[in-house]
Amino acid sequence: MTAEIGHYALVLALALALVQGVVPVWGARVRDAHLMGVAVPTALAQFLFVAIAFAALTACYVRSDFSVINVVENSHSAMPLLYKFTSVWGNHEGSMLLWVLILTFFGALVAALGTNLPETLKANVLAVQSWVAAAFFLFILLTSNPFLRLAEAPMEGRDLNPVLQDIGLAVHPPMLYLGYVGFSITFSFAVAALIDGRIDPAWARWVRPWTLAAWMCLTCGIAMGSFWAYYELGWGGWWFWDPVENASFMPWLAGTALLHSAVVMEKRDALKVWTILLAVIAFSLSLVGTFLVRSGVTVSVHTFANDPTRGVFILAILTIFIGGGLALFAWRAPLLKQGGLFAPISREGALVLNNLFLTTACATVFIGTLYPLALEALTGEKISVGAPFFNSTFGPLMVALLIAVPFGPLLAWKRGDLAGVAQRLSAAFAVGVIGIAATFAYADAKPVLAPFGVGLAFFVMAGALTDIAERTGLFRLSLGTALARAAGLPRSSWGTACAHFGLGVTLLGIVGETGWSAERIVTLKPGDAVSLRHYDLTFDGLAPRDGPNYRELVAKFTVHRGGDVLGVLEPAKRSYPARATTTTEAALMTRGVSQLYLSLGDNNSDGSVAVRIYHKPLVLLIWLGALVMVTGGALSLSDRRLRVGAPKPASRRDVLQPAE
Amino acid sequence: MTGVGTAEAWLRAFFFAAMFLVSLLASAPARAVEPDEILPDASLEARARALSHNLRCMVCQNQSIDDSNAPLARDLRILVRERLKAGDGDDQVIDFLVARYGEFVLLKPRLAWHTAILWGAPVFLLVAGAIILFAFARRRDGAAASAVVALSSQEQARVSQLTQEHEQ
Repeated sequence: MTAEIGHYALVLALALALVQGVVPVWGARVRDAHLMGVAVPTALAQFLFVAIAFAALTACYVRSDFSVINVVENSHSAMPLLYKFTSVWGNHEGSMLLWVLILTFFGALVAALGTNLPETLKANVLAVQSWVAAAFFLFILLTSNPFLRLAEAPMEGRDLNPVLQDIGLAVHPPMLYLGYVGFSITFSFAVAALIDGRIDPAWARWVRPWTLAAWMCLTCGIAMGSFWAYYELGWGGWWFWDPVENASFMPWLAGTALLHSAVVMEKRDALKVWTILLAVIAFSLSLVGTFLVRSGVTVSVHTFANDPTRGVFILAILTIFIGGGLALFAWRAPLLKQGGLFAPISREGALVLNNLFLTTACATVFIGTLYPLALEALTGEKISVGAPFFNSTFGPLMVALLIAVPFGPLLAWKRGDLAGVAQRLSAAFAVGVIGIAATFAYADAKPVLAPFGVGLAFFVMAGALTDIAERTGLFRLSLGTALARAAGLPRSSWGTACAHFGLGVTLLGIVGETGWSAERIVTLKPGDAVSLRHYDLTFDGLAPRDGPNYRELVAKFTVHRGGDVLGVLEPAKRSYPARATTTTEAALMTRGVSQLYLSLGDNNSDGSVAVRIYHKPLVLLIWLGALVMVTGGALSLSDRRLRVGAPKPASRRDVLQPAE
Repeated sequence: MTGVGTAEAWLRAFFFAAMFLVSLLASAPARAVEPDEILPDASLEARARALSHNLRCMVCQNQSIDDSNAPLARDLRILVRERLKAGDGDDQVIDFLVARYGEFVLLKPRLAWHTAILWGAPVFLLVAGAIILFAFARRRDGAAASAVVALSSQEQARVSQLTQEHEQ
């Protein structure tokens, strides 16, 4: 009965979505408040029904109801309870259900919180949101129904893919989807503005918190996915330029650009058309990402099932929304008036430069990801585009952008003074140069570029601190005044500095890991010792162990440094009988922000085992930096300006601003 | 549950048990570079590793042969090392592999006509974007300049009057 309730609730949600997609738009055209008002209750009810459907599927999983095909294929009664919950979205059908759950959740949030939105804008936004929802409801109901039953229920399920049996599955997909789907809100706002043919700074102020929230979730999701790959896949890589990773990275790049251009639009009423275009593009790339992952065009651990009809269906959704969005843009965008003049050297100019680099980087990733598919379809030639390509194209673009990052926030609006800013950044330059010199002097400077990477990371971090020091007058004014000014500084300024600082931290981690990683690959017998850098490891032996739904062979290593015992590492190899698969469980030891990483290879009949030992300096900074960036986003999101509803132009500003 | 269903469940359980045994007995897949592959000559080994990073394991999803645990990747790693031991230069090894497996084996495609768009796009987009922005800035400057209308003599007089008042 539970599955049927879920199925029925989903059908009702589709019906509501169709109503919500039509009536409010009509109401906005004829200016009928009642018709427009339909959107709010339908948006709330839609979310309620999808939540019921999701709860129903979850119940099927938790109770291990093996009469439901989806549960049979992806669950096992012996699986720990947490994984029974997470396996709800550890498969194609369930993950699409999670997708629409988040989509309708955001729709309900706009309906509930948008009380001070202009009425027509709100009606249009909710309607557009509903078109997207309706398309995905149809997709689920017609091609990927998670509630289908089996005539004869088996005794046991086929278990979840062992690679997915990890806490990572609890965090990574929901976060990523919150990000992807969060951009649907900005998309809906952009399309609504285009339908209205009107857009003003108030629009940007509405859109910015949504973009920011989506961006934060996406950042978390990508960082979590990268960390998960790092410890789960067993060779310590953290970014592979895999098409599926790129699929999540492209919306992130476009979203980051959008975040910056929305600032210009909000503060200076400029870059309107561009901001709208980016809003359309960010969500389009989210849809492209969904297509790449779900259609099976690219096969990977993320692609749960391969079914051409699904690919075609998503491609149709993609064409309608991206094509429709861009066509509407081409048709209506000329109506939007440009405002806000600025000189090339100015804060606006810096943000435009940021957008130029981010969109070029995004396009590079896009072309690199799809080029092999296109080339094969057109000429039949098969080529590969992998990490070395992206490193040598995306890398330089990012280096150029990172050099510019500290300059941006220090430039004045409208007309900036580059020489003055460079002078104020002299301390940050000095820190960067010291970083380079110190790295050359003290570290094993074999990779020539790595010390410069360290210098750049230091420069970016010091630049972010300079920004705060300049704003508060630290070192210029008395400490008391500086503290008072720090307290009065808008949270968005803290957010900017924090996010840019995080960027530097991540860069430092990347440089440390790629520049100075060390590895040893050896075969050891029990009692053998091996050393890597300043760590000595002894292999104590192998022992079998039983888990809830797996068996594992655990190797025990004692780690010494000097004469001290630092701890025990237990890498393992697991076999999951239900799927007849084995996974390698790496063992990690954290020392500061660096890690010692052990993973097992073959074990031989004489009791010896192949083992790969890595020392990864600064590796944790890669993800800590991402967390710092997200914290920056949260600070900015908590800014009073964004919390207080409809913005009113500050009268003080009007007086102070010179006439244009 | 029917009798047939029970029998099926038993069969399934038996099948799983068998698979489990097979998975334990069969040697687990090799994981990336194995100890027995490593060349005694450190500089040759370093070259082999550097080459491996840029070569695709053709049966894998976007993995280099250095990362992959597939048997094919192992064969390729050994092949690369054999060529290096025979005295091949890096380029010769790459040429050999491309001749044998096609360009698909390269993770970094060669610059040629069919990859011109791929390699050219980042540069082209950056330059084109910069030119468009520059053109926009010029047009805007022009618009701003033409939007500024000179003050009339009356307004000019009023301005000087106001500044005088202000200075007093």
